Amino acid sequence: MNAPLLAVNGLVKRFGATTAADDVTFVVEPGEVVGLLGANGAGKTTVIRMLLGLLRPDAGDARILGEAPSLRSRRALGYVPQDLGLYTELTVAENVHFTAQAYGCEPAALSGALGEVADRLVGRLPLGLQRRVAFVCALQHSPRALVLDEPTSGVDPLARARLWNTVREQADSGVGVLVTTHYIQEARQCDRLLLMSDGRVVGRGREQDIVGDTTAVVVHTPQWESAFRALDQRDVPVTVAGRDVRVIGVSADAVTTMLDEAGITADVVDVPATIGERMTVLARQPARSR
Amino acid sequence: MSVGVTNLSVRLGSVLAVDDVTLATPPGQVTAVVGGDGAGKTTLLRAMVGRVAPSAGTIDVPEPRAIGYQPSSSGTWPDLTVDENLDFVGRMYGLSERRLRTRRDTLVERAGLVDARDRLASRLSGGMRTKLGFCMAMVHDPELLVLDEPSTGVDPVSRVELWRLLAESAADGTAVVLATTYMDEAERASFVMVLERGRSLLAGAPDDVVAASPGVVVATGHPQRPAFSWRHADAFREWWPLASPNGDAPVAVDLEDVAIVAALRAQNGVES
Repeated sequence: MNAPLLAVNGLVKRFGATTAADDVTFVVEPGEVVGLLGANGAGKTTVIRMLLGLLRPDAGDARILGEAPSLRSRRALGYVPQDLGLYTELTVAENVHFTAQAYGCEPAALSGALGEVADRLVGRLPLGLQRRVAFVCALQHSPRALVLDEPTSGVDPLARARLWNTVREQADSGVGVLVTTHYIQEARQCDRLLLMSDGRVVGRGREQDIVGDTTAVVVHTPQWESAFRALDQRDVPVTVAGRDVRVIGVSADAVTTMLDEAGITADVVDVPATIGERMTVLARQPARSR
Repeated sequence: MSVGVTNLSVRLGSVLAVDDVTLATPPGQVTAVVGGDGAGKTTLLRAMVGRVAPSAGTIDVPEPRAIGYQPSSSGTWPDLTVDENLDFVGRMYGLSERRLRTRRDTLVERAGLVDARDRLASRLSGGMRTKLGFCMAMVHDPELLVLDEPSTGVDPVSRVELWRLLAESAADGTAVVLATTYMDEAERASFVMVLERGRSLLAGAPDDVVAASPGVVVATGHPQRPAFSWRHADAFREWWPLASPNGDAPVAVDLEDVAIVAALRAQNGVES
């Protein structure tokens, strides 16, 4: 049987008293795009660093095509870090050549918009183009797996769609992709999701599986300001959405009671929570004792 | 008074960074300006707070002392503590020591920074630093609050907390304007303007902008018009001006889809 492209099995990593990764297990198979979600500090970066061989696990293991992470096995992997990892004082062409030499492959041909800026310094380019350069650098050695850390942060919807065209084309050709994101539109581009909290994987599947039975409450009233203030004073997680007030992790009945007590009449409806709201509920739970 | 900009253009060197933009930012409302890198968001915001001069048009904003501004760099001083950052800004605005203490305590409490008051800004997490930047922009209780990408790189949990702070300010009657690259965040605003190359591509209440988007978007495995299709998970989305000739059923679109359609139409110079 073929080994999975990427596999982590019972990964544990402790930093002092903190367990940054706690029995993390998942695989990424050829052709699938897996989204790794979680608040800052949930353990996403720790897991990726162990997968890249930059950090040694305290228990469990990480495998690339069945091998431990090493310079050799890393060749099967393309990586785009959040800060892109480009040399801003080199031109686009120089960045591409340099990375190609490091991997011992032919430098990718630069076409279209990237061809036009081949001789420009990377640091002088708009962020959207810089991201495309980083993708070229990560893909030119034809990796079997891709690891992308917040791949489209800071770009507009069309530029984001174009970058995802590239990611999905790679998946179509059999590349397995692991992507971290804080961004719901990106999560929806994935075939399946993993949600991490407090070092552990606490949710797996599609968006609805991740949200589970967590609900939010929408409060619709002509005076959103008074409803907002009344709920804010009760120290429940409350935000706005247009001219509605949105409350997380509290039942509609409880919200209605709080509003009644403040003398406010409103339409109060339970709706499915967003992934971000699910994370907020998780973050408000007391840290588990170890 | 009405707050906002009318037919505003700002030229930076040879670039028309803001091109004939009209945007009302009324008190008690959160207005979102959306766009990618280079769309003109920062220049529009800087013009509103008087940091860059307009080349045409009018800007209606309160006097400088009644404006709060958080630059995209968060505006915090890394070598000062949370309290020191707030004190410094407060004194710059000439707040009395008593007023400053009250404001500082209220804001630190609201932002959940009480336990970090004595921590250097450089030692704060990204989310906490953003919240400190927000408090600094709010310390003098401004009538207009202008925030440049307060949530870029901030995790979803901190974003929910940030929106609670924004909403508190709006509920108190402040005009809040923020730039963002997150469409799900823009959907929370009362009014959204999508900028591209300095021009307004879409503007309105989020629901209205989505409802007014022309044509239909369908999900399909085999798009016929590459210029008007994009990947969405394991299928494609494709825009048609009237209906899909293949009878594909339209999908429900969100602000992200609508912005993609508007950008594709603008780029292809189309009504087709």
